[in-house]
Amino acid sequence: MSIKTTIPVISKEAAHFQVVPGEVPVLNIRNLNVRSKNAQILKNINLVVPKNKITVLLGPSGCGKTTLLKCMNRLTDLYSELKLDGSIEIDGEDILSGKYDITQIRQKMGLVMQRPFPLPMSIYDNIAYGLKIKGIRKKSIISEKVEKHLREVALWDEVKDRLKTSAQRLSIGQQQRLCLARGLAVEPEIILADEPTSALDPISSRVIEEEFLKLKADYTIILVTHILRQAKRLADFVVFMYYGEIVEYGPASEIFENPKTDILKEYLRVGH
Amino acid sequence: MTKRILIDNISSKWMLVCLSFFLLLPLAIGTGLVLKSEDLLTGHTLSSLIFSADWSPSEDKFGFWPFILSSLWVTIIALIISMPLCLLAAIYLSQFAPKWLLEFMRPVIDILAGIPSVVYGVWGVLVIVPLVGDTIAPFFNNESLGYSILAGALVLAVMSIPYILNMLLEVFRQVPVELGEASLSLGATKWETIKHVFIRKGATGILSAYGLGFSKALGETIAVMMVIGNVVQEPASVFDAGYPLPALIANNYGEMMSIPSYDSALMFGSLLLFVIILAINILFRYLIYKSEEK
Ligand SMILES: Nc1ncnc2c1ncn2[C@@H]1O[C@H](COP(=O)(O)OP(=O)(O)OP(=O)(O)O)[C@@H](O)[C@H]1O
Ligand SMILES: [Mg+2]
Repeated sequence: MSIKTTIPVISKEAAHFQVVPGEVPVLNIRNLNVRSKNAQILKNINLVVPKNKITVLLGPSGCGKTTLLKCMNRLTDLYSELKLDGSIEIDGEDILSGKYDITQIRQKMGLVMQRPFPLPMSIYDNIAYGLKIKGIRKKSIISEKVEKHLREVALWDEVKDRLKTSAQRLSIGQQQRLCLARGLAVEPEIILADEPTSALDPISSRVIEEEFLKLKADYTIILVTHILRQAKRLADFVVFMYYGEIVEYGPASEIFENPKTDILKEYLRVGH
Repeated sequence: MTKRILIDNISSKWMLVCLSFFLLLPLAIGTGLVLKSEDLLTGHTLSSLIFSADWSPSEDKFGFWPFILSSLWVTIIALIISMPLCLLAAIYLSQFAPKWLLEFMRPVIDILAGIPSVVYGVWGVLVIVPLVGDTIAPFFNNESLGYSILAGALVLAVMSIPYILNMLLEVFRQVPVELGEASLSLGATKWETIKHVFIRKGATGILSAYGLGFSKALGETIAVMMVIGNVVQEPASVFDAGYPLPALIANNYGEMMSIPSYDSALMFGSLLLFVIILAINILFRYLIYKSEEK
């Protein structure tokens, strides 16, 4: 049952993935490399993300999934030790080139972080925060949206009587749903969700999964998960990463039924 | 197993003993001061002692109002100057400055905090007093010898900066990076993130840093005494000389024993200082409690 720890040699051609026929590309990553002082965290990432689909990132812990998401909304800017090169195009604009308003990029690319961090304010204000930043001032619209998004993540009934109390006293699972609602409230173009159900019970997880399937109609979703069953339920496309590289990419059915590399075969076999 | 539990029990009892010592200490000091100032309190009403400006020990007149006013003036002005400066410096150092600058500033701050207050006093006499007398006061069409409330406040402000800044840096160091990332991910600018997230998250710590800074500044003696003039009067402007409570006590304790009640009056002065500091601490506790509630 042990997973091989040696790094497999991956052919250079395998690292190039092109537009899947019939899909509208919305995000185009080319030759993305991320280096830290003593390691290369992402190696020559090439990826085209199709619009209105759920693309699931799979891969063992530490393979670079979170880092890849952080590149997409330029949170990597905060880490001066990280050096990026390559390009990430959304709507034909390279967001790494530096000439765009970073706050607008981040509102387009809504990142829901792996660990929930509620802002130090009330539950209500946690959701209203992003709305106010977007320039929405009208109270009635804000409270309408707060309710809508809290319902989306199945948190409304639990918190509707204490909206004005501190969000930091919520349980971890509640915090995770709050942070998801907060991200959705900004209405990004692409939702980058980093293990959004990792602290949730199976029933709440299912509610969130249903929600993602609904959201697909209006948004493009990139989802990181360690739960294979969840990936199978949700994924239209799957990216399998290993040690900072994309090892396999393709439509979900193909990846799950016909894995090509040994390492993915092993991952799918053990993950069951 | 039993031994471990025994040790556990003993250590927690021991901590309780230490704690009760810390709790009893201020109580003991407070009681001591009350007992020692009894002489004065029997001959005068409390309100005449606090609110009268009449200070003439040889005639048995002890009005503490000029001293209370001087103390509050100096401390409040000093903190109005240093609090926002420290907050901005702490934000800059922890959020914007390159790492090496922060690493460089830490020992500098420690050194500044360690300079004896008499050195600040000398610096005040040499630099701040002439600055106030020759430049600042004339600029505001005022006459001043330089030895003034403002000079005291400026020296005190400079002295309290390393102390408060050090605590604020610690406050901002403890705000998790991810909290900032969460705010930025929602499209907030760096400044919005600092204002709405970091300062709010750090509110409790910021308030307690300010509270401690206030107490410390109020009790600061030597440096202020050297530049404030020590004239018993109700200061009408910041360019007037003042005479804060700690200076009164330090200047006169052990002298003028021929005057009855003088000794007791100085004890009462200490008691006033003690009560003001207590009140300030309760105020800040209340503010901290309020900020935690949010
Ligand atoms: N700022 C940084 N400086 C140096 N190394 C970093 C930095 N950020 C991430 N790394 C390294 O990059 C690698 C990938 O980290 P990342 O968080 O992207 O993994 P992950 O795939 O999200 O893992 P997990 O499934 O456990 O969340 C790790 O080895 C990590 O130590
Ligand atoms: Mg991760």
